[in-house]
Amino acid sequence: MTNTTEQLTTVIPTLHPVYAQRVSVRNNADCGELWQILDAVCDPELPGLTLWDLGVLQDIQQTDNLITVVITPTYSGCPAVDAMREDAIKALNKAGYAKVAVTVVLVPAWNTDMISPAGKQQLKALHIAPPSNEGKVDCPVCHSADTQVLSEFGSTACKAMYRCNKCMEVFDYFKKL
Amino acid sequence: MEVATASAKTFDIGQQSPLSRFVLGLADDALVLSHRLSQWCSKAPYLEEDIALSNVALDYIGRARMFYQYAAIIEDKGRNEDDLAYLRDERQYTNLLIHELPKGDFAFTMVRQFLVDVFYNMYLEQLLASTDETIAAIAAKAVKETRYHLKRSEPWITQLSQGTDESRQRILCALDELKDFTGELFEMLEWEAQLVEAGIAVDRSSLQAPWDAYVQKFLAVSEIDYQDSKLQIRGGRNGIHTEHLGQMLCEMQYLQRSYPNMNW
Repeated sequence: MTNTTEQLTTVIPTLHPVYAQRVSVRNNADCGELWQILDAVCDPELPGLTLWDLGVLQDIQQTDNLITVVITPTYSGCPAVDAMREDAIKALNKAGYAKVAVTVVLVPAWNTDMISPAGKQQLKALHIAPPSNEGKVDCPVCHSADTQVLSEFGSTACKAMYRCNKCMEVFDYFKKL
Repeated sequence: MEVATASAKTFDIGQQSPLSRFVLGLADDALVLSHRLSQWCSKAPYLEEDIALSNVALDYIGRARMFYQYAAIIEDKGRNEDDLAYLRDERQYTNLLIHELPKGDFAFTMVRQFLVDVFYNMYLEQLLASTDETIAAIAAKAVKETRYHLKRSEPWITQLSQGTDESRQRILCALDELKDFTGELFEMLEWEAQLVEAGIAVDRSSLQAPWDAYVQKFLAVSEIDYQDSKLQIRGGRNGIHTEHLGQMLCEMQYLQRSYPNMNW
């Protein structure tokens, strides 16, 4: 019976409008190859989760010989922003683009709806429960819904600490923001 | 040798434009509180709480950086965010006093956090409507974090005030000390009132009644009767501080003072 419910929820894929907006910016950009180059740049703390998937990468603009990468920070004090900035510049330099600037913007303010569906899958693969709009946090290991919060903050500002009451795994939950 | 006097430095604050004073004041509030919270790092009652307090401190550092960066642009004197944080003296800091009080015991830290969390939830909510786009954008980031902080500080107040005699006593002591410093949160200075008229700032005084009501109602659940103190200590926005800020800055600014222009 539980299988049926799980299937039903995965049958209807819905794109959150906030994420759909980002996809539209990317698809309408006239420098598609630059977006692909940056697909190799990941959050320094979350292996495999790209800046695009995390929702930090907002726009890429290319003028004559300058590339401007626009990113929006997750939490205002998140120290990962500096690493992201350097990694983005490095990746584009390596691909032959010498002049790259990274602009950090506050608008639009980052929120967890900007995370791509692939990003949420990657979080699960890292045993981090993805943000939930319904407020229910499932164990990323055994998928049980019987979980409890241990601490409102985890290893970084974007996470809270939970425990699964079924398999007893202690895991991070990527806080809904 | 020329010696700068305290009055000369206080005058320096008055020389700034209202917008500059406003943004710098909000930056100082955030940085000073952040530093107090960060003093719990490795000293909190247990590991999870240690991490939580450090993360709240980090949110406030982030908030301070955004305001300092903007303040540096507004004043346009070639100073950057680090200069503003590390190279200004006590009298040039304009944070409201409640933020600078020493961290005290855990109850004191959580009571202060609860009181300012309630305030910032109301204040930032209104600051979202600022006609200054940068200020509104900073408020939009900070308000979400502050909502989360309140979600965490409230249960602590309940738990401690309904816990043991000892924990309740500590909560009551903390409230008793802090209630002399809450009034300044709602005090409007003339230059700030000008900014309210321009739609840039928030009328702090209008938040006093809803703040009182919220705090009183919340504490009443734990059978605590909270009343604002008639004695209110103020002066932060004019650079007049308690004895504690100077000591804190001594520690916080040590590296830049001893090794000027030191970089990572």
